[in-house]
Amino acid sequence: MSTMRSAEGGAPLGGEHRSRESHGPTATRSAEGGAAPGGEHRSRESHGPTAMRSAEGGAALGGEQRSRASDGPTTIEAGYNFGYLDENTKRMIRRALLKAVAIPGHQVPFGSREMPLPYGWGTGGIQVTASVIGPQDRLKVIDQGADDTTNAVSIRRFFAKVAGVATTEHTAEATIIQTRHRIPEVKLREGQILVYQVPMPEPLFRLEPRVSETKRMHALADYGLMHVKLYEDIARHGHIAISYNYPVMVGGRYLMSPSPIPAFDNPKMHRMPALQLFGAGREKRIYAVPPYTSVHSLDFEDHPFQPIRANAACALCGARDSYLDEVVTDDQGGRMFVCSDTDYCNTRQGSREAAE
Amino acid sequence: MAMQTSHTPAHPHPAGGSAVTPPPVGEGRGGGVAATDAPLLEAQGLTLRYGPITALDDVGIEIFPGEVVAIVGESGSGKSTLLRVLSGLQRPEAGTVTYRAPDGGAADIHRMGEAAMRRLHRTDWGFVHQNPRDGLRMGVSAGGNIGERLMATGARHYGSIRDAATEWLRRVEIDPARIDMLPRQFSGGMQQRLQIARTLVTHPRLVFMDEPTGGLDVSVQARLLDLIRELVADLGLAVLLVTHDIAAARLLAHRLLVMRHGSVVEQGLTDRVLDDPQHEYTQLLVASVLAA
Ligand SMILES: Nc1ncnc2c1ncn2[C@@H]1O[C@H](COP(=O)(O)OP(=O)(O)OP(=O)(O)O)[C@@H](O)[C@H]1O
Ligand SMILES: [Mg+2]
Ligand SMILES: [Zn+2]
Repeated sequence: MSTMRSAEGGAPLGGEHRSRESHGPTATRSAEGGAAPGGEHRSRESHGPTAMRSAEGGAALGGEQRSRASDGPTTIEAGYNFGYLDENTKRMIRRALLKAVAIPGHQVPFGSREMPLPYGWGTGGIQVTASVIGPQDRLKVIDQGADDTTNAVSIRRFFAKVAGVATTEHTAEATIIQTRHRIPEVKLREGQILVYQVPMPEPLFRLEPRVSETKRMHALADYGLMHVKLYEDIARHGHIAISYNYPVMVGGRYLMSPSPIPAFDNPKMHRMPALQLFGAGREKRIYAVPPYTSVHSLDFEDHPFQPIRANAACALCGARDSYLDEVVTDDQGGRMFVCSDTDYCNTRQGSREAAE
Repeated sequence: MAMQTSHTPAHPHPAGGSAVTPPPVGEGRGGGVAATDAPLLEAQGLTLRYGPITALDDVGIEIFPGEVVAIVGESGSGKSTLLRVLSGLQRPEAGTVTYRAPDGGAADIHRMGEAAMRRLHRTDWGFVHQNPRDGLRMGVSAGGNIGERLMATGARHYGSIRDAATEWLRRVEIDPARIDMLPRQFSGGMQQRLQIARTLVTHPRLVFMDEPTGGLDVSVQARLLDLIRELVADLGLAVLLVTHDIAAARLLAHRLLVMRHGSVVEQGLTDRVLDDPQHEYTQLLVASVLAA
């Protein structure tokens, strides 16, 4: 079973055909790519531009040469400044980051730059990563938990090219992890930095469209309205119907959007030893959660926050504690649950094999 | 509620404790208010111009705990402007508004920080708008509307919030079975009662009402006025009521202020002003009601 999806994904595995849905464990989606022969073919529903989706880019994925889960430092491609951004821009972003760290959960405006990727592809996260990365760093990039999606691969290659840094798929080895939609299952440690790509930094924007008013609400810690929304959920559905991007209070002061990670991941943010940085490129906002800061998911005393995961074990590694994606396995509607965190799953499969 | 805070925050000047304390026992219309009490709200020299129009011209007013004061006058006389200035929603060009908190500390409303002002507006104070759309969240259920002030002041128990909402729906004579319905599914009179429930749920001491029965059918108006009278008496509320309706003022108010062209032309106990008007404008006003 474990060979179905190996981190050493260079060798085509013949016909495995999986599609993932990002909105939680229960929804399924049939693969759109037909029975594409040759090579593992995985398509993920993404919120980004479709042109970069792997389902349509079988050839692009097939042609990719990846030999190891970790790659050592490379040389910076000629003509690029280290980290792509110029030094002034990096300094400007670092100043915003320092402010953000000083006021946990508070959104700091920054002069977001044009990046060689469209908005929606993590330009905010990339700019943050570019501003904090150094030659000694080892970078991991995940998209919905996986290291091998097109988005993750292209961001990782981007930094190998413009910063010459080492990369890895192993959470424990990484010094910087840029992520979209997930927090790794393995506990992060001191010294690591988790960089989130954020599409919409304002947790109140659906409730209060006026930006001036949301600013005032943050300034006054006036968050009753968010609880009204939770009240309405319970009145209507019997529970708080937010499965991802579940609002949190940071340091007991600022209401914050955790970005569209599943609510399941929220508890991992609480008192995390690693530094958490959030970049929203289109909205030009940066915010942060410093190490060991309290992060609480909003709830009611009699309707406490509940991180939800599918009630199943991973079909590949047997994990019962990880966040699962439901994937379609064949054209007959076969489906199974697998870990969304590919590194976690692969590592568990590896150690199972070793034990046998 | 989208509060129009047109004033800019000046020196923070906390209003003292904003804890919700039980209001003084009200005696309703006709009940006397102990003259020794210090006024709850006191304004002096309020002046405000809109270009050539003087909306407020050196207006002073006092309101005591548990007292209902009506502000009457023709359209454009400055009643709504006065209410907005008194409640801190709009800044005057001159004059002061002082609020005495339950702990006795006095606060200058227009020098108060924005945070303290918001706190005041959702604890000690309430504002009932003429148009329920201005006072309700139309996209939020009746229960959520009533619960908002509770949640904004820290209530975090869903069951208790729901119980309070149920109780308040009952008090304003809306079937509690409608708790999860949206305000737009309610009649105009029900929307207004919902707005009142939403405002009173935190037991404010002082409520500003701008034509609360305006735009309603006469029979619905009468019922709403009765309800307001009962609630005011039960809760011992102080109310500043703006109205066109002399009959409403007679029913609810202990005292009456008559405004014209931005000035208070006459004020006094309701019965005295209406039965024995001194100013010729008041005489005209009373006569026109009698003639109608
Ligand atoms: N925002 C504004 N800009 C300009 N003029 C205004 C503004 N608001 C009120 N006014 C003017 O100020 C005067 C007082 O208005 P206000 O709304 O206080 O009167 P009112 O007594 O409440 O009238 P009504 O009974 O019709 O509600 C009027 O002449 C009005 O036209
Ligand atoms: Mg008016
Ligand atoms: Zn697994």
